[in-house]
Amino acid sequence: MIAEWIGKIGNFTLTLLIVTAYGLFMTAFIERIIAKVQGRIGIPYWQPVLNILKNFFKRTAISHGYMFYLGPVFRIAGGIGTLAFIPVIYGSETFSNFSMAGDLFLVIYFMFFGQLGMALGAGESGHPYSAIGIARGLSQMTAYEVPFALAVISIVIQYDTLSITEIVAAQQGGWENWTVFTNWVATLAAMLAFLGMTGYSPFDIFLAPQEIPIGPPTEFHSAYLSFMSLNRALFGATKLVLFMNLFFGGATGLIELMIKTWLIYMVAIVIGVAFPRFRVDQAIRFFFKIPTLIGIMSIVYAQMMLTS
Amino acid sequence: MIKSLSTEDTLENAGLTAVEDFANWARANSLWILAFGTGCGAIELRPLMTARFDANRFGVAGRPTPRQSSVFVIGGYASVKTLKRIIRSYEQMQGPKFVIALGICPVNGGMYFDSYNTINQFDLYIPVDLYITGCMPRPEVLVAGIVELQKKIKQGRCDGANRYIENFDWYKANQKKVIKNWDMPDYNW
Amino acid sequence: MLERLQREFGVTDINELKPGLTSLKVASDKTETLIRELRDREGYTHLNFMTVIDYIEDGIFTIVYMLHNYDNKDTLSIHVDIGRDGEDMVSIHHLWAQAWTYQRELREAYGIRFPGSPRLDEDFVLEGWDQIPPMRREFDTKKFSEERFGHREGRSSEEPREHMKVKLYPNRGGDEQ
Repeated sequence: MIAEWIGKIGNFTLTLLIVTAYGLFMTAFIERIIAKVQGRIGIPYWQPVLNILKNFFKRTAISHGYMFYLGPVFRIAGGIGTLAFIPVIYGSETFSNFSMAGDLFLVIYFMFFGQLGMALGAGESGHPYSAIGIARGLSQMTAYEVPFALAVISIVIQYDTLSITEIVAAQQGGWENWTVFTNWVATLAAMLAFLGMTGYSPFDIFLAPQEIPIGPPTEFHSAYLSFMSLNRALFGATKLVLFMNLFFGGATGLIELMIKTWLIYMVAIVIGVAFPRFRVDQAIRFFFKIPTLIGIMSIVYAQMMLTS
Repeated sequence: MIKSLSTEDTLENAGLTAVEDFANWARANSLWILAFGTGCGAIELRPLMTARFDANRFGVAGRPTPRQSSVFVIGGYASVKTLKRIIRSYEQMQGPKFVIALGICPVNGGMYFDSYNTINQFDLYIPVDLYITGCMPRPEVLVAGIVELQKKIKQGRCDGANRYIENFDWYKANQKKVIKNWDMPDYNW
Repeated sequence: MLERLQREFGVTDINELKPGLTSLKVASDKTETLIRELRDREGYTHLNFMTVIDYIEDGIFTIVYMLHNYDNKDTLSIHVDIGRDGEDMVSIHHLWAQAWTYQRELREAYGIRFPGSPRLDEDFVLEGWDQIPPMRREFDTKKFSEERFGHREGRSSEEPREHMKVKLYPNRGGDEQ
């Protein structure tokens, strides 16, 4: 019993390392592609790792109370917690983490938990721009969670289960079984919500350097910032794995995982480089209009599929 | 508060020279510049970040907040008004931090050597790690300066932040001699 | 028009400096009414700038207002003499709102006050300034700079023409064409 748990934790650590490394290198890779589009060389491939290391080796001379330290702690706890309950590779004992029945809602809860924790820490920092950034970020997050939750409810109705492993299992056996083809309405709503989730253009107003100095992470420096950067890579890769599992058929091998997540991320990037930034009220209004409507339609669609 | 930032704090003095070398290598290859254009040097910083001169390939990126940046580029002349804000921003940066002085004005006053409002020797107020002369130096010279700063950091010779803390009273006396309306706390970290 | 101004406001010293730029002189108590007349009736609706010339030998400041007429593309430069020691001048911030910036600058640089001008006594560029207004010609700015800010040893200056002759064109006998 104990040995089994230790084995599971060891496997989870391996998954954590692989997903974090993948997230870091994918960030660099995408940056380099964008740089090539802009006609320049771009950052070296190991630059995100160097940034995290450099921040870790900086000293810190200020303190805003212990709540301030909890910000990055909660954030990375949210990131690790989200990854812990998503099966990364279907059918593999090593990479299925702690997935169990009902883990879909737990994952969605953990996704929100990280942002709330950082709001706590950033609010404690006493910087006015952090507070503005947090207000914008949280209101935007509330807005894009609505179509995402509706899409998730729709596929829960469709597959009649709350366990991600079973949802992935139902999509095996050929690419026409993927959710994107059987329930394209829910996938459309979720992908629109995904654009807001990545925190990338056009929905990056809450942490844009030209708007307010970086927004929520304004006062975070040295080791705190390195934790948050690590979480950004980890959480980004985790969200991609979740989307791949729910909507694009899951992965049965590491190569398939990397290809599928890279393609999903490219959707967000391609849309991102084409659009300017939305203001936060425009973004909220956007998410409450069309994606929510599509989300509601997806629930109706799933019910119709069930009864037909 | 001031005592805790003394030179005894480095990993080197703890006997971990290899770790300090690795740390210096990471610091040198990931320089984050504070995006605060203090004078005419700011006009050379902007092309540096664009596609033609591309400072990103050296790991240089601009950060808007002093808490997260490690390099302060003093662009050109520093008037007394700007100097007060420079001091405030510099003290908010977390060590190890480096200062690059662009242009001839921080060295000896440049073409404003007889002005009533610009300072003549920047070294009296903030410790400088690298001077790049010119009026203004072109972005290629700035890139060469960044490479030189990286070499200096890897050798461990950039200790401006430590010098500031060790000679804190001398720097403060110089600053207060010039800035007459001192309405901020003595140190801003 | 200029004859009418001469008659009614006592304008003197009308010079046409170049086609389209005329300068004239007026007494300080008639200035505001003259400028108002020019703005309202003669079409000089644009205030280009407002500055001061320091004639320390004669003991006066000459305030210069530059007004521009968009209809006939004509510019008038109005010179007003006031004394150098603490004499106030009528403010024109109610004619053009942007004049308050120039008046703030003149108060800080020369010490001329314009009663009624908004935010006149706030620091404009110099914070914590404790000397006489620095643009006055009796203020020795080089001496002040050396005392306050120090002087870095080893500074040398070259006269550009001699330097170029020696460095860039050494083979030409003193003729840099």
